[in-house]
Amino acid sequence: MHDLILTIISKYNYWIYIVLLMIGLYAMMVKKNLVKKIIGMNILQTAIILFYISIGAKKDGTLPILLHTHHTGHHLVRAADYINPLPHVLMLTAIVVSVATLGVALALAIKVYHQHGTLDEDEIHARIRK
Amino acid sequence: MIWYIELVITIMVVICGIAAITVRDLLGAAILFGAYSFMMCLLWAIMGAVDVAFTEASVGAGVSTVLFVAAVFRTSRRTKD
Amino acid sequence: MKVVGLIIILLCGGLLAYATTDFPNWGDPTSPAAMHVSAYYIENAVTDTSVPNIVTAILADYRGYDTMFETAVIFSAAIACFLLLRIFTPKSSQSRLYRHIATGITLRIEPGGKLPEKSDTFERIDSSWVPHDLIIKTACRLFIPFIQIFGLYVIAHGHHSPGGGFQGGVILGASILLFAVSNDLRSTISRMGEKLTAFLCSAGVFVYAGTGTLCMLLGANFLDYGALASLLGVDPVLARSHGILMVEIGVGMTVMAVMVSLYYILSSDGKLNEGL
Repeated sequence: MHDLILTIISKYNYWIYIVLLMIGLYAMMVKKNLVKKIIGMNILQTAIILFYISIGAKKDGTLPILLHTHHTGHHLVRAADYINPLPHVLMLTAIVVSVATLGVALALAIKVYHQHGTLDEDEIHARIRK
Repeated sequence: MIWYIELVITIMVVICGIAAITVRDLLGAAILFGAYSFMMCLLWAIMGAVDVAFTEASVGAGVSTVLFVAAVFRTSRRTKD
Repeated sequence: MKVVGLIIILLCGGLLAYATTDFPNWGDPTSPAAMHVSAYYIENAVTDTSVPNIVTAILADYRGYDTMFETAVIFSAAIACFLLLRIFTPKSSQSRLYRHIATGITLRIEPGGKLPEKSDTFERIDSSWVPHDLIIKTACRLFIPFIQIFGLYVIAHGHHSPGGGFQGGVILGASILLFAVSNDLRSTISRMGEKLTAFLCSAGVFVYAGTGTLCMLLGANFLDYGALASLLGVDPVLARSHGILMVEIGVGMTVMAVMVSLYYILSSDGKLNEGL
């Protein structure tokens, strides 16, 4: 039991990401409105980004920006002092791609609204079938 | 980082996320999504990812919310669920 | 459907939670993600490129190829939005709405009618009009130059502080969006037109790819900024820093133009006549 508590506390960042991921997935599957589905997609994307950023954190590490480089010459930089910058780079790309996807998804939703007059999935299915 | 601030922000993130998909008014959902984005940005800034937090603050809580409001303005505001 | 959805996400969440028992602890310095390549980047970024912000150095120099294609992705998102929604209607075939300022009477001029000439007694309005809000307009007019200067600062100072091309580009785009929201869309389009936005989008990608091709023409690999040393007259380490600045400017231009273009098309249904 003590082991289980220790496991939960030492890995609690993963639990947050799982909760948010499932919220986003639920919104995409169950909600009938198109804009709610798009919001669910964005929540899913930010949850994935949170997962990657939490992988890059290090105990007692500082920000990945080096100080005092040009004044004191090139002294040794230890990798264990700084947090891992590689997931940050990948996630910068992911954020920009997510806003691009959001733009195109909203354009598609507006187009569907022009065509059918509603954003509700059930009504759109009924109108297509008629 | 002070652990109770981190705990409060984490709980706020989950509450904003659940509220953004439950509210029946689409304009309210867009604003709540902006608040959710901003809370995530704070969470990443706590974890030390300053570049990512900067990008999310400008993109998620800025441009993304404006695009949502513009799309809601052009379509309907009410939703059945 | 809701019950099925709940069951699915509970199962999926349970499986993911079971898989996390194998992950390394949070903040472990010896986790596999923090060894190998990442340690090399941290230790050698300043000696290779003289840029203290390691994230910018990796983004624009070590992984510059990914960033170029990401710029192309956001450019193609703007093209996709344009192709989906944009409708071209000739200006003479729309009816216009004018309002007499003194009495508040609204005129609707059908196509083919005589338009009031530019005078102070009539103003042109949108179909959803609210009264003149002086506070918002004046406050936003005061803010917007400072936001733009801050955006330019973020792009230029990306080497030493958090920032870079994307963040600065989005801030610049957000300043124009602020102008469009506080005033109306028509005055924004008269200041920053659609053709200028499209030109800036493609010019940014061109600057990025052009820097890479310039390095190739000077004899090195594609996007190897050390070759710019002979052109700029500095040593290769500083040339890499200048190469990073050039591509960041390209990325900033594209991102700004794409944000503005997405807003124009989304808020006016593709017609670009009236908006939020």
